[in-house]
Amino acid sequence: MKPIELLQPASGALDLEILGLSKHFGDVAALDDVSLHIPAGSFHALLGENGAGKSTLVKCLVGYYTADKGTVLVDQREVEIPTPREASKLGIGMVYQHFTLVPSMTVAENLVIARGALPALLNWREERARLAAFMETLPFKLPLDKPAGGLAAGEKQKVEIIKQLYLQRRLLILDEPTSVLTLDEADEALGLIKQLARNQQLSVLIITHKFREVSAYADAVTVLRRGRYAGHGKVAELTVDQMAEMMVGSAVARDAAPRANRPAIPEGAARLRIQQLTALGDHGLPVLKNIDLSVYPGEILGIAGVSGNGQKALIEVLIGQREKSGGKVQVHGKDYSGRRAELALCKVNSLPEEPLRNACVGNLSVADNLALRNYDQPPLARSGWINWRALRAQAKTYVENFRIKTDGIDAKIQTLSGGNVQRAVLARELSHPVDLLIVANPVFGLDFNAVAETHSRLLAARAQGTAILLVSEDLDELLELSDRIVVMSEGEIVFEVDAAHADIRELGRHMAGSHALAEATA
Amino acid sequence: MSTAGATIGWWGVPLAVLAGAIRVSTPYLLVSLGECITEKSGRINLGLEGVLIMGAMAGYATAFATGSPWAGVLAAGLVGAVFGLLHGLLCSLKRVNDIAIGISIMLLGTGLAFFLGKPFVQPQAPMLSSISFGFWSDSTQIQSALQINPLFILGAVLAFALHFAFRHTRLGLQVRIVGDSEDAARALGYPVLPTRIVATVVGGFLAGVGGAFLSLYYPGSWNEGLSSGQGIIAVALVIFARWEPLRCLWASLLFGGASALGPALQAMGVSSGYYLFNAAPYALTLGILIASWTPNRALSGAPGELSLVRQ
Repeated sequence: MKPIELLQPASGALDLEILGLSKHFGDVAALDDVSLHIPAGSFHALLGENGAGKSTLVKCLVGYYTADKGTVLVDQREVEIPTPREASKLGIGMVYQHFTLVPSMTVAENLVIARGALPALLNWREERARLAAFMETLPFKLPLDKPAGGLAAGEKQKVEIIKQLYLQRRLLILDEPTSVLTLDEADEALGLIKQLARNQQLSVLIITHKFREVSAYADAVTVLRRGRYAGHGKVAELTVDQMAEMMVGSAVARDAAPRANRPAIPEGAARLRIQQLTALGDHGLPVLKNIDLSVYPGEILGIAGVSGNGQKALIEVLIGQREKSGGKVQVHGKDYSGRRAELALCKVNSLPEEPLRNACVGNLSVADNLALRNYDQPPLARSGWINWRALRAQAKTYVENFRIKTDGIDAKIQTLSGGNVQRAVLARELSHPVDLLIVANPVFGLDFNAVAETHSRLLAARAQGTAILLVSEDLDELLELSDRIVVMSEGEIVFEVDAAHADIRELGRHMAGSHALAEATA
Repeated sequence: MSTAGATIGWWGVPLAVLAGAIRVSTPYLLVSLGECITEKSGRINLGLEGVLIMGAMAGYATAFATGSPWAGVLAAGLVGAVFGLLHGLLCSLKRVNDIAIGISIMLLGTGLAFFLGKPFVQPQAPMLSSISFGFWSDSTQIQSALQINPLFILGAVLAFALHFAFRHTRLGLQVRIVGDSEDAARALGYPVLPTRIVATVVGGFLAGVGGAFLSLYYPGSWNEGLSSGQGIIAVALVIFARWEPLRCLWASLLFGGASALGPALQAMGVSSGYYLFNAAPYALTLGILIASWTPNRALSGAPGELSLVRQ
């Protein structure tokens, strides 16, 4: 303790230390004994895969969650952060992935209302002058009089960052702030923040998936893996390789079915052929750039990649949730665009991630959900009429065969646990012959038994000659299940390898992106 | 052709349209300003038609009983506020749809007004007097056209005041934040439900005053066919005006002027197509809506929390 410092008014960058922070949701440890230290004025990156606990950690810091255990120190003094208001009093502000601007208000109004207690009558001349003086200090201009709702995503994100700066935060937490920005915009925003940190005006904690940003801006990095501390270091002393390895872990493949025992992939034409596929993301930026892929019958093709590199868009295009903007997708040698009739004709089924959201109608019963693929086909339907007896009989068979735990087949599917929703979707998608199966992060958030069951079902489908495209952020899973692995980075396929000979380090390097490769060869 | 018309000839048409615009637009103006406040807070009150009729009845009855038309105006406003409070409270319950509640309020208000208003169909209550702005002219036509009712002046001033308030006062900003993003309002510590309830009460008050105009100025009597859907049209005018108080004023005037076109032309002796001209306000509104339509943002300016536009 340095009493002299305590006498000074608290302003400028703060020093944050976290000791042994833990947070449980039910039986799941989202965060388990994590510690980190951010000295005043440093730019600290938090790396980790989805579900590694990064968001939980920062939500504890801004008062959305209260940690079960552990201590937070601000300027070497222990603090409690029970509410966002407390966080704000301490000078801790956060920029979220989603926007918190009031859409119909102008940028100027949004900045002013964020200040908190407003006078009954606003003096806009004074507010304007203050805003103008503040904007002078910024490297980029913002359209102050435009409604926030009319701004492009990049501009909105800038306003969010600027709002925090305007509030004179001492610690700025950024949750994947550049996911909606172009490369130049990201550099502009992060460059500004870096400069403020260097001037001791701010400390920064940034959650990111992008190694490029870590290498370019961060001073130090902490890596989380499955809720636990997985590594730490100064960015200058770490290679991207080492960071990637901390993030994905050193995999010891636990082969569910030893490779030698698996049936060989029969010779034949590709079941799914993707040529020069391109697609635009939600914000109009290209997310898929000239993807070329083929999947053969009886093969599992694994797609590795850090999340947010286009895998989600690829899945969406393949199961008909997103329009492609160019290129060709063929199943059985015929053009395919993911319409229901085509899905049925080509026997394309899917296990999307978050099955309750993407593969079920939460308010419908288990029986209805189990019939979503075939309720309009015989034997469940005859000339437009549904045979409820057949539909219920099908549901009962599925529930039995896949051991779905439910309060009967009439219970709403959203009342089932995650593992049982997954079993229900597996039952629906795998009970009939499948030619092509599209799978994304199939075991995300599932318990051990459900994971093992899902994996063995996938391998069983493979043995029956189904072509499987498997997207996963979990390299262990990919190495365990896949025959071939390709790596996606920034919307492109950057690497392909036979899974039996895959080296996890090499995969990690390609996942980290072109930037890391350039560094590795340099 | 009438003799008065001869003194200023065809100039009588625009003059009559202006006078008619001011007269006809007043209830639209008051109701749409009230609805504008309510909708800015994120609620829609379709019940204002019922509130308008209830206000007309209560205003007329009170004016008849007390002998003071202004007491009637106040009573109409208070009855409207009570209905607004009812709507505001009911909509604050979880899983309650404000459109459904609005329709119930509309039916309740209309039915209740007809039931309670029966004894007041015959007697004559004292009317609101107008303010004469035509004293400088010798022409009786100009003088009569510039007889402006005080409630219109009140409404016009209010439109400017609201325009100012939504930008320059804490209360105005609070209403807009609550109506546009509940998350942001909560994050900034503004009370969401109380703000909406108060906004609905104020909206109800203004709609009630609009009703008093119908029974105490123009047409200036109480009967069951008094409103004929003006409350509903006023709600639509708010959308037409893109939730801007000043545009509510212009939209009401435009609508009122278009309504006055048929009678004005008839007074000049043009009687063919009378019914066609009576449809002018609706045709005009449709035309402007189509002309101002933009493909990507169909309802720009809509408060984000409005159940109409929320996805």
